[in-house]
Amino acid sequence: MAAENTKKAIIPKKNPMPAQDPVIRAGNFNEVALGYSEEAVVAEAERCIQCKNAPCRQGCPVDIDIPAFIKKVAERDFAGGAQKLKETNALPAVCGRVCPQESQCEKYCTLGKKYEPVGIGRIERYLADWELATGVKIPQTAAPTGKKVAIVGSGPAGLTCAADLAKLGHQVTIFEALHIAGGVLMYGIPEFRLPKSVVQAEIDNLKKLGVDIQVNAIVGKFSTIDELMESGYDAVFLGTGAGLPNFMRIPGENACGVYSANEFLTRSNLMQAYRFPETDTPIFAGKRVAVLGGGNVAMDAARTALRLGAEESWIVYRRSRVELPARIEEVEHAEEEGVKFQFLTNPTRILYNDDYWVTGMECLRYELGEPDASGRRSPVPVKGSEFILEVDTVVVAIGTGLNPLISKTTPDLAVNKRGNITADLETGATSKPGVYAGGDVVTGSATVILAMGAGRAAAKSINNYLLSNNKFLSGSLLEVREASQVRVNEAMSK
Amino acid sequence: MYRIVKKEVLAPTLNLIEIHAPLVARKALAGQFVILRIHDEGERIPVTIADFDRKKGTITCVFQEVGRTTKELATFTEGECLKDFVGPLGVPSHIENYGRVACVGGGVGVAPVHPIARALKEAGNEVISIIGARNKDLIFWEDRMGAASSELRVTTDDGSYLRKGFVTDLLKELIEEEGIDFCLAIGPLPMMRAVCDLTKNYGIKTVVSLNPLMVDGTGMCGCCRVTVGGETKFACVDGPEFDGHQVDFAEMARRSVIYKHQEKVSLDLYEEKGTRHHHQCRCGGEE
Repeated sequence: MAAENTKKAIIPKKNPMPAQDPVIRAGNFNEVALGYSEEAVVAEAERCIQCKNAPCRQGCPVDIDIPAFIKKVAERDFAGGAQKLKETNALPAVCGRVCPQESQCEKYCTLGKKYEPVGIGRIERYLADWELATGVKIPQTAAPTGKKVAIVGSGPAGLTCAADLAKLGHQVTIFEALHIAGGVLMYGIPEFRLPKSVVQAEIDNLKKLGVDIQVNAIVGKFSTIDELMESGYDAVFLGTGAGLPNFMRIPGENACGVYSANEFLTRSNLMQAYRFPETDTPIFAGKRVAVLGGGNVAMDAARTALRLGAEESWIVYRRSRVELPARIEEVEHAEEEGVKFQFLTNPTRILYNDDYWVTGMECLRYELGEPDASGRRSPVPVKGSEFILEVDTVVVAIGTGLNPLISKTTPDLAVNKRGNITADLETGATSKPGVYAGGDVVTGSATVILAMGAGRAAAKSINNYLLSNNKFLSGSLLEVREASQVRVNEAMSK
Repeated sequence: MYRIVKKEVLAPTLNLIEIHAPLVARKALAGQFVILRIHDEGERIPVTIADFDRKKGTITCVFQEVGRTTKELATFTEGECLKDFVGPLGVPSHIENYGRVACVGGGVGVAPVHPIARALKEAGNEVISIIGARNKDLIFWEDRMGAASSELRVTTDDGSYLRKGFVTDLLKELIEEEGIDFCLAIGPLPMMRAVCDLTKNYGIKTVVSLNPLMVDGTGMCGCCRVTVGGETKFACVDGPEFDGHQVDFAEMARRSVIYKHQEKVSLDLYEEKGTRHHHQCRCGGEE
């Protein structure tokens, strides 16, 4: 083990991340984690033992050369570190904040086998913020190829795909349905976890690469995919995400005071309803709020509710604490701020008064039975365990499905039973020539970094497709495309 | 930016704006709507498309001043710009030749009825339009509705113009005297509900266009959910038109006033200040 070769003593714990005091921050929307100081980031970088095999990289969906950028930080070469980082990551300030590092890079850290892993995400964030503060160096783009690519959706998948293609010299236009680019980074993730100014700064850098962004442009409505291609786009990437909110399908779900997490967070984040009446979009967060679900979105909603003035904010989750899909850090932050948990609990109906406003939620207790298809132990209801949780607001955060806008208007684009676009996971190729897809629209709801990985993979194959000019496919590329088609066909038949 | 190329006051608190938005106009069809935002701090509000001109690249919207945003929008003049204008959204009206159809418009609902009546007439229907308002001052587009229909009947609640009564009175007469094969009704919720109660008795297929609260308008937020035939539907992507006999109007009415309190706070604040409180959005007619 490389660790044994080093002489210096190992510091077992990560350098702590300075954060706003929980009591204070639960009353504001400012960022919770404040970021390392220069001394702390260098100290953290020095914890890295620079092991030769660098297992951390295998856990990174965009394959950042992690030891290299950490080494630069240890040498206090922040500019060099930032350059290294950006070789493969178009949105480092975002990733440094919202990636689930504990299940990705840091999960594989050699140091982490015995001690706490290196705080890779925290170092990444420092470098990205350092560069945003000192002036970003825009990477050089290749000579123009004369090829045009349309990217549908400006979330993590679309932005990454756009950055890679622009660097390769293609002319890229992003079409965004909402009035601001950024997708889930803008409407979904709260300011206190990911400041909007950070997202917009990274998007501005994309624009400096030459990427054109058209907002208020809903592909499938103002223009179909076929019309885009007829109007001169040589390829299309679909990174539209999974936006259609799921509901529980229980009685009372349309009562006043029941929100989808998408609506609750969109009102608060994108429309800045937390500044109402300074801004015009209203939001209602009562005194007692229940959030259904256990993912990052549920944590975001429960923490937002507190900031909007709720006295009690509950997470109601049907499995136990260990199965919570949210990032550990988010769960801890939520708890510190006062979010309470009802584990092994699921609602059966929502109660309301004569005015149709929520007054409570009838819930059932569960216990864990045998593992289900997903490998997680499935919750089994406990008979007669009904109880009422008195709440006046309910936020449903149990995931999202696919919006059929594009598939409806593109008949030759194959989708699976759940409505996801069928695409090869390695290349992003869909059933329609020249059209690629990646991120949640293919996989269903996942994480920012996985969507970025998919955007990057698609950019690579779109580049191959464009350079081969489609008509002159080289032998090996033809094989790749044929293999993709076989995999797409297989996926379609499932 | 989306420039207002024409502004017209149709009646007290009723305004028409024609907006330059060629990409929306290119695809707009009867029955669809747009979402607009008037400035950077503004909310996204849905407005039904009252007309479109593909050549000029414009969309016509008619809106009633109700809350803060519509009151502020009413102060915009020709040459000024809206911050955002997105569409066309929603499923276009299903147009076919039913035979004799009634197109019923109440209040500001006359505007969205207009392009649908025109399309139904173009599809070969005999279109008898019925429009109504509280009083004479609030009646608008008699000429346009007349041109879009085979026959136009007008009523006012207080009898200050033409027939006294409700649109349902005229509709009942029409059904009993001549009979109709299909009915379209757009207007305030109680009016649409009354029309549906009436036509249900006669077994006449009736379509209504719903205008619930919305945020994104693309199926993402679920704010606009309505119960139709016992199922939850999103008005923005499944509608806005639905079989009126299946709509849970009582639920819709309660959901439509969720933000009554906040809307008042916002409106009071706006009226107290007396002016728009954001100016950075005004492009002052720049092209």
